[in-house]
Parts: sequence; C-alpha cells; structure tokens
Amino acid sequence: MSSGEPLLELRGVHKSFGAVHVLQGVDLTVRPGRVTALVGDNGAGKSTLIKGIAGIHPFDEGDYAFEGGPVHVKGPRDASALGIEVVYQDLALCDNLDVVHNMFLGRELTKSGLVDEDTMESRARETLDGLSVRTLQSVRTHVAALSGGQRQTVAIARAVLWNSKLVILDEPTAALGVAQTEQVLKLVRRLADRGLGVVLISHNLNEVFQVADDIAVLYLGQMVGQVDAATTTRERVITAITTGHVNEGDAA
Amino acid sequence: MSVATDNTHDVHEGRRRPATVLSLWKEYVAKLRGGDVGSLPAILGLVALVIGFSSARPETFTKAFNFGNLIQQSAGVTIIAMGLVFVLLLGEIDLAAGYTAGTSAAVMCVLAVEHDWPIGLAILACLATGALIGTCIGLIVSRLGVPSFVVTLAAFLGLQGVMLTLIGEKGSIDSGEFVAKLNAETIAVWLGVIVAAALVVIYAVATFLGNRRRRRHGLTSQPTLLWALKSGFLAVLVGLIVYYLSIERSPNAHIKSIKGVPIALLILIGLALVLSFLLGRTKWGSHVYAVGGNAEAARRAGINVPMIQLSCFMLNSTVAAIGGIMLASYSGGVNNVTGGQTTLLYAVGAAVIGGTSLFGGKGRIVDALIGGTVVAVIANGMGLMNQPDRTKYIVTGLVLLVAASVDAISRRRAAASGRV
Ligand SMILES: Nc1ncnc2c1ncn2[C@@H]1O[C@H](COP(=O)(O)OP(=O)(O)OP(=O)(O)O)[C@@H](O)[C@H]1O
Ligand SMILES: [Mg+2]
Repeated sequence: MSSGEPLLELRGVHKSFGAVHVLQGVDLTVRPGRVTALVGDNGAGKSTLIKGIAGIHPFDEGDYAFEGGPVHVKGPRDASALGIEVVYQDLALCDNLDVVHNMFLGRELTKSGLVDEDTMESRARETLDGLSVRTLQSVRTHVAALSGGQRQTVAIARAVLWNSKLVILDEPTAALGVAQTEQVLKLVRRLADRGLGVVLISHNLNEVFQVADDIAVLYLGQMVGQVDAATTTRERVITAITTGHVNEGDAA
Repeated sequence: MSVATDNTHDVHEGRRRPATVLSLWKEYVAKLRGGDVGSLPAILGLVALVIGFSSARPETFTKAFNFGNLIQQSAGVTIIAMGLVFVLLLGEIDLAAGYTAGTSAAVMCVLAVEHDWPIGLAILACLATGALIGTCIGLIVSRLGVPSFVVTLAAFLGLQGVMLTLIGEKGSIDSGEFVAKLNAETIAVWLGVIVAAALVVIYAVATFLGNRRRRRHGLTSQPTLLWALKSGFLAVLVGLIVYYLSIERSPNAHIKSIKGVPIALLILIGLALVLSFLLGRTKWGSHVYAVGGNAEAARRAGINVPMIQLSCFMLNSTVAAIGGIMLASYSGGVNNVTGGQTTLLYAVGAAVIGGTSLFGGKGRIVDALIGGTVVAVIANGMGLMNQPDRTKYIVTGLVLLVAASVDAISRRRAAASGRV
C-alpha cells in the first residue's frame, strides 16, 4: 500500500458542547489508499470527531488540512465540496422519501432546472447493483419500509455515489447480518484499493483487524495513538481502548 | 461503482420484470395495509357525502346551480389550504392564515377603492402584504426558533387588529367591480371546453412521453393499460364536470344567464398546477419534503433548513393572500369577519382531511383540493338541509377529528410494521 502524502490531517482539534469538553486536542492522519480504523469506548468522542470533519459540528479550534493544504470546513457543503462523504451512525435518512431521493439528498440532479428523476433513478440503481444489494425490490420504495440492514446499505450507497476522496463510516456494520457485513467490509477494502482514504469506526476488533491498515485509538476525547495494524496486536489495542495507555513501542 | 458480483443475475431479472396492472394493484394494496392511505379516505368520504346529500336533497343539492355555487363558496378556503400544505409539510402550522387572507384583501380594497389605485397594482400590493407577513413569521420561526404555533397565534390576534384598523369605522369596504367578478363570473362555454380538453390532452401526452422515456432508460414504467385507464378516467371526470357546468343554471335565465366554468375553478386548478409543479418537480420541492421528514438529515446533506422554512412560510402567506382575494370577491368586499370565524379551521381541516400529515413530510397540493371539496360539500349540503350552523360545526369538527385520527393511526400502523 502506498503511504504517501496524508489526505486528511487534524492537529490538536478541540470541540466542546457547552461545558462538556468532548474533544481535547485530537490528532488524526488519514492516508489515501488506506483504511484507518477509529476505535474507542462508548462516548470517547468518535462520532463527534467525524462530525467535526464533516462540518456539521465544526471544530472549535485546531488545524484541519486536506490534501496537504489548510482548509476551512464550516458546514456540510464545505466537506462534500472537498470530496468527503460520511455514513452517520444514525444514518441520517429521510423516512418519507424513497431510496433515490435519499441517495441524492441535498444534491438532486437537475435538467433544465427540474429534478431529473430518471437519471437519478438509473444512477441509484447502478450504485446499488455495484454494492450487490439483492434484497431491495424497488429504488422507489420509501426508506421507512426498509429493514435496518437495507437502510444501512442505502446510507452507504449514498456515500459512494459521489466521486469522493475520503469516505467515513460510523459503525456501518452495526445493524447488518453476517453476509451483509462481509459485503460492507469488502467494499471498504475496495474503496481503499481504488485509492480513496477510508475511516472506519467500529467496536468489532475482528472487523478492524480484517480490513484496517491503521488503527487510531480515542480515549475520553484524547488520541491515545495511531498505529500500523500490521505491527500491533488485539491485546495492545484493547489495553489502549480501556486504559488510555499504549504499551511500549506502539505509539506512532 | 463497478464491482463484480456473483449470482445476482436471476435476481435482477426478477426485479426488472415490467410492472403489470395486477402487480401494481397488489403493490398499492400493500401500501394501504402498511398505513399509507394517502387521500383515499377523503375520496371515499366525498363519494359517500355526495350520495347521501343527493338522496336527501335531490331537488337542490344535485342542481347545476348548486354545483357552481359550491365551487365559488369554497374557493377561498381551498386556496388557503393549498398554501398551508407547505407549512404542514415542514411539521409546522400557521394559525394566522385566515387573517393573513383578510388583511391582505383589506389592503387591496383600501388601495383600489379608497385610493383609486389601478386594480392590478392593488392586487400586487395584496400579494406583497401576504409575502411580508409570511417573511416576518418565517424569520421568527426559522432564526429565533420560536414554535410556529405561538408565533402564528400572536399573528392571528395581531392581524385581526390590523385588518379592523384598515376597514375602519364603517365595518366593511367594497371590493370594487373587477375583484367582485373574479368569484362570480364564468368563462364562455366554448372556452371552458377548450381548456378542459387541453388539460386532458396535456396530461395524457406528458405521462405517455414520460413512460416512453423511462422505458428507454430501462426503468420500470407504468403499463400502457394503466396509462390508458388513468387518462380515460381523467377525461371522463373532467368531461362530466365541464358538461355539468355548461348547463344553464340560472334560476331565471331570462334576466341573467349563468353557464360555463366559473373563473374561480380556473384559478383553483391553475394555482394547484403551479404549486404542485414547485413541490414535485423542483429541487426546492424535494428539499421541503426532506426537511419535513428529517430536518437534521437535511441539514447534514447541506440543505439550508432555515431558508426552506422561511420560503415555505412566505409562499403559504402569499397563497393565503390569493385566497383572501377570492373571499373578498365572494362577499363583495372585506368586513370584520373576512378570514375569521371558520376560515382557518376549515382550511387546516381541508388539508388534513385530504391526507396531509400534521406530523410533516407527507402531503400534496391535490390533498388540499380534495379535502377542500369535502369541507365545502359538508357545509353546502348541511345548509341545504336547513341545518343550523351549530350542527354544521359539530359535523365538520367530527370529520376533522376523524381525518386527524386516520393520520395518526396510519403513522402508528406504519411504525408497527417496522416503518418508523
Ligand atoms: N450534541 C451534543 N451535545 C452535547 N453533548 C454531546 C453532543 N454530542 C456528543 N456529546 C457528548 O460527547 C461525548 C462523545 O460522544 P460521541 O457520540 O462522539 O461518542 P462515540 O465515541 O461516538 O460513542 P459511541 O461508541 O457510543 O458511538 C459524549 O459524552 C456525549 O454525551
Ligand atoms: Mg458514535
């Protein structure tokens, strides 16, 4: 795997919600062509970190660099303009809309000023076929009528629909069955192999060791360390997650 | 994505099997079972009401005169209901829509009659008043986050005061000749026939071309049989309405002949088409549904949620102003109860009875049209049965309650079948 220029580089980012200091000077590096797993206990601040990257809860302070240059991400549009796509933990789907409109949410295609339903439907169909989603009867089904796993797939399909450079997935396999989980992990790997940067948040260390190239451990709003998956072990990662300390020789 | 996958071919073929009328019917039934009933209860209710009143008052209710009258009676409220759909779609409410209509119409009448403004300018000022009211409400709701219930309750009181001030001591202002005609006159019979035929042909051709295009793109499309059935049904329905409205319906035709499609119906249909187009075909319309369904998801998708809220309130109040013109036209001017009394409740009732959800995210403009007709038929039929207002109110109240319950129950049902 190439490990050239970092795609995303965060240095000392902070985020508070009122009096709660959720992120306390976090560093994170994501390289293109690599899967970076972000792990940490419940409430460690993983979702908050990626919401900061996505611009929906912008960081209070800290440096945010993308493709080598400093950028200002103050809203979701800034992030998507850079080529950052996020699959949120709560999926962020509109139940009252069909699959097509959810996949193009906020970025509907238009032809002479009007929503181009046909092209949107074809592209949604192609993307879902590419993810080998077999259980979805029609892309015109309202999302409310889908199963948890199907909803998850729609959220993922939305992220890969665009020509993105960085795809972030917040616990994408939490609601999935065995086969679907395998599919998603394969997809994560394929995205990285195509040269994209991928951030995968997961509580399942089997998954993490199966696909990740780098592992970043967050503990109570601080980055314990970012290590190469090939040179560390499950035990060390578990220790880091639970105690916030890295064993000797592990720190990146 | 170009990702090779195994053994999915048979599934594809199964999925892409062209839809037949039968399979679509099954899908529709499944949708109803799942709690998505749309405007079906309203349509069934409407049919039942019409049959009921027709057999109870065959000599008056079914008369062509009454039919024309019914459209004119209900035009104002139905138009206000169409505007309310935008606000209801966001899960918000506008309790001031009635007095927005009254106030805007009062501005128009004062300018046109007392200050001799040209009527075109006075009407523009009326629409601008509506837009201004909507802007104020929308800004307070979207920027300050005050619940729309409270903001518009305040506006309900405040605007009533403004309207009374505009009307002044006399208690009413005349609407002027042009406005009075809008909701009283009809267009020539031949013109009505041409407009109706054009509507049907445009619908049939547009849906046919749309289907053909979808088939060429390899997307599932409506079977031609279903297309023919729908177009045929529309043609029959429109034909019947226009035929009925083309009969001489004046009680004493030698003094004044009344026949042809009322101008009010043209305004209703025209407005419904424009608003449906905005909601169904533009990016903005898609965003309105998105914000109504999940505002946080919409925000994360980069949709400017406060902007959508503001624009919906503005559009709602502007459309209410158009409703106000029709109200003023029907009663020949603006008085101290224009837009008051049952106007707002009937308008909200019309939208909800038609199938617009009070929880947001679900609803169409035709819902308001259908619901408005239901409300109008109840009011009209009960009037013909010489029922006093008190009975009319109780019945309309009950119908609204039933409609809102259908809405809530269908949501519960949807949740029970795992559809949140
Ligand atoms: N919008 C918010 N307002 C206030 N506090 C918040 C908000 N979002 C998150 N927090 C707090 O920030 C902390 C970190 O939350 P976050 O969701 O980032 O954790 P997480 O690592 O994603 O956990 P999990 O594994 O359970 O998803 C929690 O203590 C939470 O209460
Ligand atoms: Mg989380």
